[in-house]
Amino acid sequence: MKQFTVAGKVLSVMFALIWMVGCAGTDVTETDGATSADQERRQMEADEAAKRQAAEAAAAAKKAQMALEAAVDSAGNIVYFDFDKSTLTAATRRVLDAHIALAKTTKKNVRLEGHTDERGTREYNMALGERRAKAVADYMSVNGVASYRVETVSYGEERPAMSGSGEAAWSKNRRVEIK
Amino acid sequence: MKRYIYLLLLVLAWPAQAELVIEITEGRDNPTSIAVVPFAWSGWGAAPEDVASVIAADLMRSGQFAPVARADMLSLPTREQDVFFRDWRVTNVEYLLIGRVVGGASMTVEFELFDVYKQERVTQGSFSGAAGDLRMLAHRASDQVYEKLTGIRGAFATKILYVSVAVRTQAPSTYQLMLADSDGGREQVLFESNEPVLSPAWAPDGKTIAYVSFETSRPAIYLQNLETGVREQLTNFRGLNGAPSFSPDGNSLAMTLSKDGNPDIYIMDLNSRQLRRVTRHYAIDTEAAWMADGRSLLFTSDRGGRPQIYQVDIASGKTERLTYNGPWNARASLAADGRTMVMVQQTEAQFHIAVQDLLQDRVQILTSTTLDESPTVAPNGSMLLYATKYGDRGILAAVSVDGGVKFRLPSREGDVREPAWSPYLGNP
Repeated sequence: MKQFTVAGKVLSVMFALIWMVGCAGTDVTETDGATSADQERRQMEADEAAKRQAAEAAAAAKKAQMALEAAVDSAGNIVYFDFDKSTLTAATRRVLDAHIALAKTTKKNVRLEGHTDERGTREYNMALGERRAKAVADYMSVNGVASYRVETVSYGEERPAMSGSGEAAWSKNRRVEIK
Repeated sequence: MKRYIYLLLLVLAWPAQAELVIEITEGRDNPTSIAVVPFAWSGWGAAPEDVASVIAADLMRSGQFAPVARADMLSLPTREQDVFFRDWRVTNVEYLLIGRVVGGASMTVEFELFDVYKQERVTQGSFSGAAGDLRMLAHRASDQVYEKLTGIRGAFATKILYVSVAVRTQAPSTYQLMLADSDGGREQVLFESNEPVLSPAWAPDGKTIAYVSFETSRPAIYLQNLETGVREQLTNFRGLNGAPSFSPDGNSLAMTLSKDGNPDIYIMDLNSRQLRRVTRHYAIDTEAAWMADGRSLLFTSDRGGRPQIYQVDIASGKTERLTYNGPWNARASLAADGRTMVMVQQTEAQFHIAVQDLLQDRVQILTSTTLDESPTVAPNGSMLLYATKYGDRGILAAVSVDGGVKFRLPSREGDVREPAWSPYLGNP
């Protein structure tokens, strides 16, 4: 999806370029005293400038996009929760902010998978996992990601990220995965 | 209502690899001594099952009986005329069970129970069925002996559902929905998936089951007929589709749905497929279980901050909190007596199975293992099965409702969880 966006930007720059060329052409026919060599030179200069501008714009867009992607990569795709809680901590919000910034530049749908640790009953955990996924979905929607693009599903305690019992494993399992 | 997806599939059950192995961990102080003598076999070849050992194991698992070791039997009678009561009196045996198996296209198990001190026959019986059901015939004999000696109907000739998971790190885990005899014998795979399977539940006729499967990458409730193998996707709502529970008359299924925003309890009429919303609260409401009269439901809700058990009257919606003991109570269900409620209770950092007498509000913690969940009571109310951890593996364990008897049913491999004990079943 992000390639499309970059392509889109390149495309719009190209349209601008065609328009400019068109205008230049019109100018040329109306300028009586100019020699054909002059016309060619000016034409080439205009072409060069437009190409340079397009390339710079594309590079800038790509750089901005890469910065957003890098921010998401370093933030990671998983946010964590306290036992029996669905509260978003400051750290969690920072991770989500990176995803939101990127999501705003794309049309890609987001799937949020809520999980819990193994403690407690399975169906209650199924509901708790959904509550966590929805807390993340609400935060994304409040911050500008259209809610129809965000899907939530809860796996409860059925798919632990880390097996075994104890806080080391449990803290890794109380999570929402952003996909 | 038109959005249900119907999925009809013929699912054939196939035999499984991992058998449950029973290990008794705690018994009663003074169990009744009973000798179950090897049954005589008449039929082609060797006897397909050791019927006497199946019966002896049933009685031993109840915790109320201590079967005599075969090495300690001075004689091995199979008919009344061969019984010498002094052989049993000298070894302090109280009851003697003898019998015969007649094999063929169908099997017949005949048995006679004697009181050694009174030197008289207490009961006798005969059960016939298909060759593959010989173990079930043995369980029926156990039921009759148990009822005669304890006054309580036996529940050995029943089945259990459970989920078996082969956890893999390199490849997707495999989730299997299993059906087995109440002693873990004759395991069959009913359904297998690489996506989670959970919450199996029995219809009161013992012929249909409901469960949750994630095979479509979202949870949905499925119905499966155990006799025909026909499988049907019952729900496909946005959000949660979980915790199915059949009404006592079998016509309705209570479930948890979050299609209207939050997890709430709904009841679906299984004939019309009409849905009725029972709870309406922004908190989590889930794990519905029916009261015996079918007029109200028990359910788990964290509307008070932490999960506790509530009861809702279906007609009026009037809701009452039932648990005040312990900071965390969930997944209640009711024994057949209509007043013994079993549930999962958190105490300190542990999760245990607890029972609460609804008439006297007395609460007792039954288990001392950790991470105990999914309690399910035998139809006679004597024992309950639950899931727990043993070492690092998920196993099934059982405890008597008074807490006196305990045994484990670990699987030979993988994790087992989510047991559901069947109602009484008709003749095989």
